[in-house]
Amino acid sequence: MAIAKKAVVWGLFAAGGTLTSFIYPALIALFLLIATGNVPAGLQFEQFHTFAVSWLGKACLFIVLFLSLWHAAHRLRVVAHDFGIRKDKLVANTLYTVAAIGTVLAAFYLFSIS
Amino acid sequence: MSRNPYVRPVSTTTWYMRHGRYKVYVLRELTSFLVMFYSFLTLVGLSALAASAERWDAFLASQQGTGMMVFHAVALFYFLFFQTFPWFKLAPKAMPVQVGEKKVPDNTIIIGHYVAWAVLSLFIFWLAGVL
Repeated sequence: MAIAKKAVVWGLFAAGGTLTSFIYPALIALFLLIATGNVPAGLQFEQFHTFAVSWLGKACLFIVLFLSLWHAAHRLRVVAHDFGIRKDKLVANTLYTVAAIGTVLAAFYLFSIS
Repeated sequence: MSRNPYVRPVSTTTWYMRHGRYKVYVLRELTSFLVMFYSFLTLVGLSALAASAERWDAFLASQQGTGMMVFHAVALFYFLFFQTFPWFKLAPKAMPVQVGEKKVPDNTIIIGHYVAWAVLSLFIFWLAGVL
């Protein structure tokens, strides 16, 4: 039972790590562009809304956010241990709850874009 | 075995300061804060996008400024050197690929990751209208 559960946790963690490694540099670069005031055409409301309204766009955004949040939560749990916080149950519950809330919010916001 | 084995006292809060390799490990793991931060920042953006065009424009306006520029620029380099590149370097160890009898060389897998990363990043920039 414990082993079966671990495979799922680990699989999502690895998928999230790969996805963030590949995608987050571009995401941060886009935020950097926005910060300079040069908002690219694809991120103007009309165009980005068209992307996020499509089911493919929604699915991409959801998968990236879900896996990244899960990955970060899992790793921050270990970081907490590394920094001497030895209340793993509490830390794990808190972080996984934060990731779950983020995932539900992502689904809710994406669903309400129409 | 001794009844009272000697346990070397190691600080639970500053143990990684003893060795360069441990420091790099901790610096690498700290990128998970960035993943959390940018995930929630994107969520804030999506909530604005779901609300209205005015809220989206207000969100874009709120993200501008020198402070944000410096933060994103530092975050980008930090993320590349402590998450993306190490992840690619570790890929052949985490996912060794075998074709027939032969093991695919580590470098082939690593270069494959860099190529895929470049293509995907260019696609995202194209999608965002940067290119």
